[in-house]
Formats: sequence, structure tokens, C-alpha cells
Amino acid sequence: MASSMRISRLLSRSVLPASTTSFFSRGGSGVLGTRLNKFSTAAAIEEPIKPPVKVEHTQLLIDGKFVDAASGKTFPTLDPRTGNVISRVAEGDHEDVDRAVAAARKAFDHGPWPKMTAYERQRILLRAADLFEKHNDELAALESWDNGKPYEQSAQIEIPMLVRLFRYYAGWADKIHGLTVQADGPYHVQTLHEPIGVAGQIIPWNFPLVMFAWKVGPALACGNTIVLKTAEQTPLSALYAAKLLQEAGLPPGVLNVISGFGPTAGAAIASHMDVDKLAFTGSTDTGKVVLELAARSNLKPVTLELGGKSPFIVCEDADVDEAVELAHFALFFNQGQCCCAGSRTFVHEHVYDEFIEKAKARALRRAVGDPFKGGIEQGPQIDSEQFEKILKYIRSGVESGATLETGGDRFGNSGFYIQPTVFSDVKDDMLIAKEEIFGPVQSILKFKDLDEVIKRANNTHYGLAAGVFTKNINTANTLTRALRVGTVWVNSFDTFDAAIPFGGYKMSGHGREKGEYSLKNYLQVKAVVTSLKNPAWL
Amino acid sequence: MTTKMPTVKFTKLFINGDFVDSISGREFETIDPRTEEVIARIAEGSKEDIDVAVKASRVAFDHGSWPRMTGVERARIMMKWADLIDENAEEIAKLDAIDAGKLYHFCKAIEIPSAANTIRYYAGAADKIHGEVLKPAREFHAYTLMEPIGVVGHIIPWNFPSSMFVTKVAPSLAAGCTMVLKPAEQTPLSALFYAHLAKLAGIPNGVLNVVPGFGPTAGAALCSHMDVDKVSFTGSTKVGREIMCAAANSNLKPVSLELGGKSPLVVFDDADLDKAIQLAFLGVAYNKGEICVAGSRVFVQEGIYDEFEKKLVEKAKTWVIGDPFDSKVQQGPQVDKKQFEKILSYIEHGKREGATLLTGGKRVGNKGYYIEPTIFSNVKEDMLIAQDEIFGPVMALMKFKTIEEAITSANNTRYGLAAGIMTKNLDTANIMSRSIRAGTIWINCYFIFGNDIPYGGYKMSGFGRDFGLEALHKYLQVKSVVTPIYNSPWL
Repeated sequence: MASSMRISRLLSRSVLPASTTSFFSRGGSGVLGTRLNKFSTAAAIEEPIKPPVKVEHTQLLIDGKFVDAASGKTFPTLDPRTGNVISRVAEGDHEDVDRAVAAARKAFDHGPWPKMTAYERQRILLRAADLFEKHNDELAALESWDNGKPYEQSAQIEIPMLVRLFRYYAGWADKIHGLTVQADGPYHVQTLHEPIGVAGQIIPWNFPLVMFAWKVGPALACGNTIVLKTAEQTPLSALYAAKLLQEAGLPPGVLNVISGFGPTAGAAIASHMDVDKLAFTGSTDTGKVVLELAARSNLKPVTLELGGKSPFIVCEDADVDEAVELAHFALFFNQGQCCCAGSRTFVHEHVYDEFIEKAKARALRRAVGDPFKGGIEQGPQIDSEQFEKILKYIRSGVESGATLETGGDRFGNSGFYIQPTVFSDVKDDMLIAKEEIFGPVQSILKFKDLDEVIKRANNTHYGLAAGVFTKNINTANTLTRALRVGTVWVNSFDTFDAAIPFGGYKMSGHGREKGEYSLKNYLQVKAVVTSLKNPAWL
Repeated sequence: MTTKMPTVKFTKLFINGDFVDSISGREFETIDPRTEEVIARIAEGSKEDIDVAVKASRVAFDHGSWPRMTGVERARIMMKWADLIDENAEEIAKLDAIDAGKLYHFCKAIEIPSAANTIRYYAGAADKIHGEVLKPAREFHAYTLMEPIGVVGHIIPWNFPSSMFVTKVAPSLAAGCTMVLKPAEQTPLSALFYAHLAKLAGIPNGVLNVVPGFGPTAGAALCSHMDVDKVSFTGSTKVGREIMCAAANSNLKPVSLELGGKSPLVVFDDADLDKAIQLAFLGVAYNKGEICVAGSRVFVQEGIYDEFEKKLVEKAKTWVIGDPFDSKVQQGPQVDKKQFEKILSYIEHGKREGATLLTGGKRVGNKGYYIEPTIFSNVKEDMLIAQDEIFGPVMALMKFKTIEEAITSANNTRYGLAAGIMTKNLDTANIMSRSIRAGTIWINCYFIFGNDIPYGGYKMSGFGRDFGLEALHKYLQVKSVVTPIYNSPWL
């Protein structure tokens, strides 16, 4: 029911073996861990499990219909377990984006979507949530097949999160309040919160449906229409979800889904003169391009949710076992492909050695293999490009003198699997401590005191999130306020919920998604000022 | 007239998830206002039953899952409940029609589905109850927690048994409270049915208890209970005062009161005349005038007064009174004998005081509590029919000259629940909106209620608001949490 609770349940499941960590460490260099690894390796080499779903939608969704690209072109979407083609997908380009924007424009300007009551919009979003819930397993299978993430994670966390997000935003639809305002004079002033218009949304491949919900949910609740571009690595699940939204009663043209590539379809949306708002989640480099395209076209406002190099700070008074487990989760969750991954693990010198030993043991126990196999914690990376990039960073870590505690290579010999990798003795100026790796590579750094760790944690051009592990209320409060990041998790990490806003300081982006804050991204504020004659009060 | 008797399934007290007899074993009759005959005998809750119900609520609040589950989980259960209400709309509509004399088809198509919608609205709010992080003037971190207030006592009236039920119950459930609700003794049937559906939907035992009974016994016990943390009441101003006294004399529980009204509808010369007549008539005839915001004082500007009067009477003559199960009927019987007689006595007062009876004034037929829509003209502001809440289809029509006069007259009442303004002039609309001391102003419309539109009174019409997010706050405590911080980079 509560997907955030599911995360913690999943966590507590993995916490269980962690509580026996001392047993392993007493037993020496994680022999059992190695054995498990070998077992999993064997699993990875086995014939990939056939996903329990059929790919039904591969065309673009424009104006309520699935259609081919204007060019007739298609591109392959690949199974990251093998690199084999799952399916060919219509490849949207400028012309398709134009068609989609025109449909969205028409649906916005002539209705019925923004013209129906908020209560009716709510009912459609609720029906969609029910349909997502009903098709949980198919959606989850598509998600894992296209992305490589463990099926259990998709089915037990991410699809329920999609459902939760849609229900959450459905509830907002009829509670979007303007203000009546007191002005210095005989005026009656109101603010109308109006839908902003046609929203262009570009989402990444790491959490395709959760990102879909973060973008589509608030935009629809506020009464906007949408052109959404999915990542070229993961086009499948959004098409299915969009179909279910149509089935729930979403009128044609309200949500258009374009599969395609950034430089073509993505750029066309970002620079379109008839798109009123842009929301992008992805890398900081692409974020810059997107912002520039918006500036060069119609100055559309842009929400950006970009990269991160989030610190995970383990203070000397922290429960080390819990901290190890959460630090492991913070980095390795979703194959390390999280923008808020806790990729700089700062550990206080007094607990550093114990932490390293346990973090290593935990990484060794990480179950890597076919994401459709039960009990698997880590599947393959998304594609060969990411795979190569991560291996390059690992080499850089070794070359720059960090201690490779475990991992460091590909896992198995096919697909894009990478061994859970832990570096200790990482220094702030190493590439692996500075750049976003977006893979299963944990960098552990040592610190002495609070002022020092605050300075070092903030010494990055990113500012997405941070984890703080301590039992001391003053330490928690000091760190919470001192860290220049959009989310601080205290004795927790990756606690996501529809109601909790998420976004970045500095070069991690602009604006906030989720929570009440996210509605602002999709609303215009119109001040209405009326002169008053003989008002009874002011 | 056709008479359809629905089967009445639930006649006992609903306490801690079970339908039970009252401890005394006593029962009372609920009467069909069409026929003056007994529909069913209902278990009569009194002080001992209230004690048991409050105990169940207390346990459910202090130890139960309801306030401890997430807002999301409460919302899911409430959504399920709303769906069950939609599925059973026909049966519930029959219960309200037979118990309160309300129009069956209207209940089925509008009131019961709206009740389900209200539950959905608050279900959607259950995960959006936000405290604030504060700005202390010193080195402190402070924030507010919005906590459920605890065990709530709800006392609801008989005129809208379904909407009143959900208006009270839904926001308090969303907030995480547990509750004991006493429905009006005239209309206990749908409340018990809602309780049954709530259980089916998964609302845990003890969270929602429904105890039918009378005000002086069950109602009084609830209001003066030392273990009830809040009372929310809708009903007459007289009883509202007693409730507030009982709260003051027991544990000082906060009270919200939605009481009587004598709402003005002010029609200016420039108004759309036909629409104004339509709304003015509905203002007193809708729901047989048994509505606290009835537009029972109609002020018409002198330029259109005569024409207004003439057309209003024509309109009244077309009104169809009869069995509320008949789809052509627009007005059913008054709820009970007491109300019926009270209305007729006010009509006699009006005649005696010298107002002109334009139309109506009599009972309809000789069985059941039917009364003709009644319009008095040339009413003076000091007449009883211009001052008292009649709670029946009786209009007091008055003439005015200037906007200043209209403001003075409209405010010349101890009530302040709502007002209607009919004008095309923006300045007139704005001046009136700010000048009338009432909780709701309808401009060129009337009776527009909405889940997101707070509703409640100024002056002796009560305090606190139902509907909207305002209503949630009636059921929340604000807790400020303050702790020192050290070396904060900002304050």
C-alpha cells in the first residue's frame, strides 16, 4: 500500500543478512560472499529468463492514436541482460513533435481537459491509478526488461509508487488554491492559479515510470496537456502506461508520448515555440542544452532535475551496521543508477575501519544476476555506453590511488553487468569523488570533524541530496542546515514519497518535483485586481 | 401517490464495529412523514451507550491503527467506502426519502453521489496535512505538527442526513480521529447504513460509532463527556448554545457550531429577473425550506418589485407537492409533526402581524406533513417571520431603495450564515460581498456548495467551517516543536 514502506520492507529484508555481518568478518575475508558471487555469476550466464509480458505498443502516441513516425523510421530498444533487441520502436523527430504539440495545443485550447471540473480530472487520474495497479505485473515486467532493474523492485516498489503518485496528484486536483490578497488601497485582489498550457517533458531511463509519474501527475492534475519524450533506452513502459491513461478516460491529445533521441525529438520539444513549459530530468550537461534551447526559443520556464554526487555522512556515534546497510543501499540501489545516489560515503575516522570491512562484506554479498530471478538485488547496467563509462571510472579510481576493496570488473561475460565495487581511501580530488559515475561504485572517504565534513560535502557543484547518520540531535540539526542540498535524509536514505519534494541546489537543477511544491511548475499565477467602491473593510 | 417502503436493515446502535441494542433496551419510532406511520423501531442510545461508544473510540484512538496508519492508507479505505456508497446509492436514497421526506430521485442522482464525492475529497486531503517549519527569532529550529485532535463527538441534523453525515465524518477520519456520531432522532436510518458500509470498507472497529437517540439524553452525554476531545454540531442556535455550555461545564472541549440562519437574498434592479425569481423561489422551497441557508428574507429593489412579486407567485403556483418517490414531485412533506405545526404557526403569525399573504399558507391534503410554498409580501423587518428561522417553505418579501438600505436590512439579523446578491453591476457585487456579515456570499447564484468551498456562520449562526481544507483544521491540534540549533548557516 505505502510504497515508501515497501522500500523499508525490502531494506529490512536485506538488513537481515547484514546483522550477521560480524559472523562473516570473524570468518575472514568473506569466503561465503565469494561463493555467493560465483553462484550468482552462474545465474547470469544461464539463458536469460523470458519476461512474462508481450510488447504491444511501439508506436508514438499522438492525439489519442498510436501512429508511426512521420519518417517511418524505427530504432531498436535493447535488453541490457544480453544486448539483444527487444523490439523496434517508432523514432520520433521534429515533425512528430510538431504533430504532438499541435494535438496538445488543441486539447488545451479547446478542451475538454482544462475545462472539465477538477473533480472530474481527479476521477480520471484515480481510474488510471486503479488500472496501473491492476496491470502492475505487466508494467513491472516491461520496466525490468527494458531497463534491467530487478523485477521484484519494479513490481513491489516502483509500480506501486506510480500508483501512489497518481492517487496523490488526483487528490490535489480539486485543492489548488489561489489567494485573496490584501493590497495597500481600495482593491479586491485575487490570484488565479491557471494551468500553464502545453508542457514538454523529457524523462530519463533509470526509473522510467516513476519519472513518468513525477512529470505527468502534477501536469495533469493542474489541467495541462503534455508532450512527453521518453529515454531512447526505455521507451516501452510509458507507452503502456499512456494507453492505460487513455483507457481511464484521458481525452485524446492531453498526453502525447514520443519515443526518440535527445538531439532530435528532445531538442524539438525544448525549442518549440508552442510549448509553454519544459521539465527535464537527466544529466547536468543535457540540462544546460535544454535550458539554452528554452532561452533561445520562447523563454519557456524550465524545471531541471539533474545529476548529483551526494554525500552520505556516517558520524562516529552512528549505528555502524545500520549505516553500512543504508550506505550500501544508497549507492547500489538500482545498479547505482540514481541521480541522488550516495556516491561519496564520508565515514568518521573512529568507525572507518569497521565500516570499510563491513561495507566490503556487504558488497560481496550483493546478489547480482538476471533481474527476473527472485532474490536478485542487482541487474545489468542500462547499456554499453554506461557500462564502458563505469569501467573507465573504476580504472581511474585504481590509477589515482584509491584502494579497491572489492569488485572492479564486469560481472559474468555477457550483458552489461558490473561487480559491486567498493573503493576506500578515496580523496576529494579524485575523479571518482568528483564526477557522477551512475554505477555500482562506492567511494568511501575518511573524515575527522563536523566542520571539515561540511566543507568537503559541500565542495561539489552538485547539490541534490545527502544522508546523515548520527544519534545526536545537534549533529543532525547542524548538518541538516549546513548541507547545500535539496534533500537531507537523517538516519534514512532514498525515502521517496509523493508528498516529499525533491530537487537540487546548485548544478543539480531548478525547481522541485513531488509534494505541493511540484504544482507550481505547472501553474501560472494570474493576479486579478478590481477597484472597490466603499468597501466595508480593507 | 405511490408509496414504496424500502427494507430497513439496520436499526441498532453501531458501537465498536457491531450493531447492538441499547443498554436500557429502549427503542424509539422513526416516522414516515408522508403517512405519519412508523417505519421502524430504533435502539435508543442514552448516556450509558454513549459511554461505551466513547470508550471504544478512545481505545481506537489511543491504541488503534487508525491514527497510526499513513494518510495514504486512510485514504484508500475512505475511497473504498465512497465506492460502496455509490454502489448503494439507490437504497440509501430510499432511506433518506422515507425518513426525512426528501425527494428520492434527487437524493439518488445528486445527494448520495455528492456524499461519496465529499469522502473522496477528504481522502485526497489525508496525505496533504501540512504543518510548517517556523522562523524563530533566536537560534532555534521550530516546526508544527498537525495532530489528530482525538475522539470527536458529532451531532447532526435531520434535514440532510447524508451530506451532514459525510461533512462531519470525512474530514475527521482523514485527520486520523475516531468518533461517536449521533444522528437526529427523526432520521437515523442512513447513518446506520453508512456505518455498515464503513465497516465493509475496512474502517477499523471503534473508529466510527453511530448512536441514534435524543438530544437531551444521548446528545447531552456526548457534549459533556470528559473523554471527548471535540464536538462538532449542526442544528439550531438554541441547541448550539446548550452544547457550548455543556462543553464549558465539562472538559472545555473545543466546539464547532453550524447553526440557524435567516439569510437575505438581495435582488437589484439590474438583475436578470427570471433568474432572480427562480433562485428566490428555490431559496425557500428547496428541500421544503428545511435548510439552514434558506434565502428566507428576499429584498427586492423598488424598480422591479411589482413585477418580481407577480412572477414569483406564478412560479409558486407551478410547484408540484406530493410523494417524494414520485419523479414529477418537487416538494415532499416536512420532516415531522412538530416542524409542521411550527411552520403553520409562523404562517399564522405572519398573517396576524399584517404581512400580505401572496400565495400558499395552508397544509396540502389531510395526511402527511405537506405545506404549500408560502410567500408573504409587505413584510416589515421587525415581524417575527422576518426575524426567526422558520425552517419551512415560507418567504418574507421586502422592498428596498438604495444599496445602503439593502446592506443595513440584510445585516439586521442575529444570524450570518449566507447571502445571495443578484446584480450585473461589479461595484454593487463587491460592495455587498464585503458588507454583508455572513459566511457565504452567492453572487448571481444560490445554494452553490462544494467540497472545496468552506461553509459556516458569522454571529449566532455559529463558528468554525465545514467543507474545504478549513474543516480539516477543526479536527487537528497544532503542536509546536522547538529545539536549539548550533552554528546554523542561516536563520
